[in-house]
Amino acid sequence: MGLYSRIKRSTAEANMHLEFTEQERAFREDVRRFLRERLPADIRDKVHGGYELAREDYLMWQRRLYERGWGAMNWPLQFGGTGWNAVQQYIFEEEAAQAGAPRLIPFGLKMVAPVLMAYGSAAQQSKFLPKILSGEAWWCQGYSEPGAGSDLASLRTRAVRDGDHYLVNGQKTWNTLGHFADWIFCLVRTDPQAKPQSGITFLLIDMKSPGISVRPIALMDGGREVNDVWFENVRVPLENRVGEENRGWTYAKFLLGHERTIIAGIGTAKRELARLKRVAAAQRKDEGVLLDDPLFAARVARVEIELAALEITNLRVLCDEQKSRAPGPEASMLKIRGSEIQQDISELLMRAAGAYALPMRREAMEAGWQADPALPPAGPRYAAGATAAYLNLRKLSIFGGTNEIQKNIIAKMMGL
Amino acid sequence: MDFDFSDEQRQLHDAVRSFLAKEHPFERSLAIKRSGSGWDPTLWRGLADLGVTAINVPAELGGLGYGPQETLSLMDACGPTLLQEPVLTSAVIATALLNQFAGAAPAADMLRAMACGEHIAAVAHFESDGRFDARRVAARARPDGEGYRLDAHKAVVLHAGMADTLLVSARTAGEVRDQAGVALFMVSRGTPGLLLEEYSTVDGQRAAEVHLRDAKLPAASRLGSEGGALPAIEAAFDIGVAALCAEAVGIMQAVLNATVEYLRTRQQFGQPIGRFQVLQHRVADMAVHLEQARSMSYLAALRCISADVGERRRALSAAKVVIGDAGRFIGQQAVQLHGGMGMTDDLQVSHWFKRLTVINLMFGDSDTHLQRYAAQLRGIRSAATAAPAA
Repeated sequence: MGLYSRIKRSTAEANMHLEFTEQERAFREDVRRFLRERLPADIRDKVHGGYELAREDYLMWQRRLYERGWGAMNWPLQFGGTGWNAVQQYIFEEEAAQAGAPRLIPFGLKMVAPVLMAYGSAAQQSKFLPKILSGEAWWCQGYSEPGAGSDLASLRTRAVRDGDHYLVNGQKTWNTLGHFADWIFCLVRTDPQAKPQSGITFLLIDMKSPGISVRPIALMDGGREVNDVWFENVRVPLENRVGEENRGWTYAKFLLGHERTIIAGIGTAKRELARLKRVAAAQRKDEGVLLDDPLFAARVARVEIELAALEITNLRVLCDEQKSRAPGPEASMLKIRGSEIQQDISELLMRAAGAYALPMRREAMEAGWQADPALPPAGPRYAAGATAAYLNLRKLSIFGGTNEIQKNIIAKMMGL
Repeated sequence: MDFDFSDEQRQLHDAVRSFLAKEHPFERSLAIKRSGSGWDPTLWRGLADLGVTAINVPAELGGLGYGPQETLSLMDACGPTLLQEPVLTSAVIATALLNQFAGAAPAADMLRAMACGEHIAAVAHFESDGRFDARRVAARARPDGEGYRLDAHKAVVLHAGMADTLLVSARTAGEVRDQAGVALFMVSRGTPGLLLEEYSTVDGQRAAEVHLRDAKLPAASRLGSEGGALPAIEAAFDIGVAALCAEAVGIMQAVLNATVEYLRTRQQFGQPIGRFQVLQHRVADMAVHLEQARSMSYLAALRCISADVGERRRALSAAKVVIGDAGRFIGQQAVQLHGGMGMTDDLQVSHWFKRLTVINLMFGDSDTHLQRYAAQLRGIRSAATAAPAA
């Protein structure tokens, strides 16, 4: 029958399908078993309850992963990584987030380590990589400055040669969890005369160096997360320079576009959506519960649907990655929708609490906090951190390249 | 998992696309629309020769025996050219309905004739008071001697006027919203008591109100059991929803391409308007909507024949919400970004916009499907409360 009849029939396996392979499913089971057995219950409960994690919680989890040989899921085997492919990494992230594992602190594992592997000296690799892997060293990032946000290349922190050292002066900002950090990787200006991108150098700096001061930036949610970091005549040995002088921008850019397959935060969003549904099914409203309210149920439905679509979009990107296709603008799309969806869920969690979204009691956001047993509870337990989380997650559409920058990237890739 | 078209799907897609590019350019579709005839029988013949009308007919009845995935590639390829011919109506939905009765001669014979494009069928099911509720059937079929007498008013039946056979649902028992008691009848063109009030839809398709007044039908015109037809009808429209989603994605891609091209060429203030960031961001938003919609069109195709009705409905409602909203945003913004030109009948953009508008309204709009999805969420309540407190 016409052209159609001359077409060779495909086998069933060649058809589109959503299912993971048998090996991938077995891998997922491995991950689940490990999470069940090795994720400490107190940490898990903190994550599920939305409570703050301590430095030691993150490091404890990193050590547990390291013991299992899973210390660095994104590293190749030669450096002690897992050598996992993109699908395995995706599965791990999804399972770990849903099980209530702390997020992996990315600055060492995912940011400085790949740069060191690609551009660092053998000495730097053997000095720094093992401690990132084992959770002995905490890294933080020194990129943004008060005058250099989205326009990062305009950064002004200066480094001048002084014998076998650089002398660093300037200020970095939006430094995440730097108060926990042992090391900071920094972009510094070494050639003020060159074009902005051409005079930048990539330095590794010991946070204990004299002349460094770290001061918290008070954020609207009341938590301690980001800092200003000042450098005043900080002496950095030349051996802590990555690659060549004035080539730092190239190394920093190398990081962009990495991790396109897990940028959307599908696992975290699923965990928080499940929490939202539990909350809405328990929260009283009128004669029933909040999830009986058609308007609220429709809001929950919408975000669940958007998340389902994003999950498939993410899986499509994974397939492209596996087939080694050149990346298009999809990482930006995943970042935009992933951040928006997480923000929407946090907003609904806040609204679910009703008037109990108002009290701002930092002490109640600690996992161990007990209300006065003599009094009836001042609202549901989940409500204590709900608004703070909503406020905090506004950051998702700002950091890692604002969503507006992501849209610039998409438009550019589409030929505009 | 894999999201690539199979070689076969790609070939189907390319064959249809190149055929339509040659035989159905925009000027041709505009001429058909403006003539008021509503379709081009020669084009239909060509589509049939290509095999389009056979794709969902089982191989043993002279068809190609394909399924939702090949339908997806077909509809994606058809979308941009805004076909007025009854591909969705007859080759997808009516075929999917008849396939469920293909064990018996009447449906099998009709499918054979439909496979080669000689016969066109349309499903006349939804009613004027029912909005998008497939369960609402007020039409009545009364036993009359060896056969039946039908009284029905079926609303906005697409391509009814060009159908050789209408597949009409009517109650043999039960109340208006009962699941049971609905039977399905083949009603031939020219049946005494059948009256069509024909009109064009906003997107230039032909449709009609279908009235049956005491129409006498032989017992053999009934398909399947008396009173058990509703699940089959719903299953056929589920396949139709998935096909419609694929068509919408094909259109959205074409709209987006045309809009980007316009922004690159249209000069104002001494530069292409695509240099303006506010327009760039709008296009980026359109692209994000499109990819989310594409993902859901895949899910719809993969789930529309699932035996688990709950899973099937959930996936299709989710897909219809995302695709309806994406079509609305992309269509509206494409008109907006084309400026005054977007308003004109001479540019294809306005036609794509109208079709996307119609698609959102067909078989349940975004709100309807969002409510359906939300209703099943509330069903999880008892299970969720058993989980540890948040």
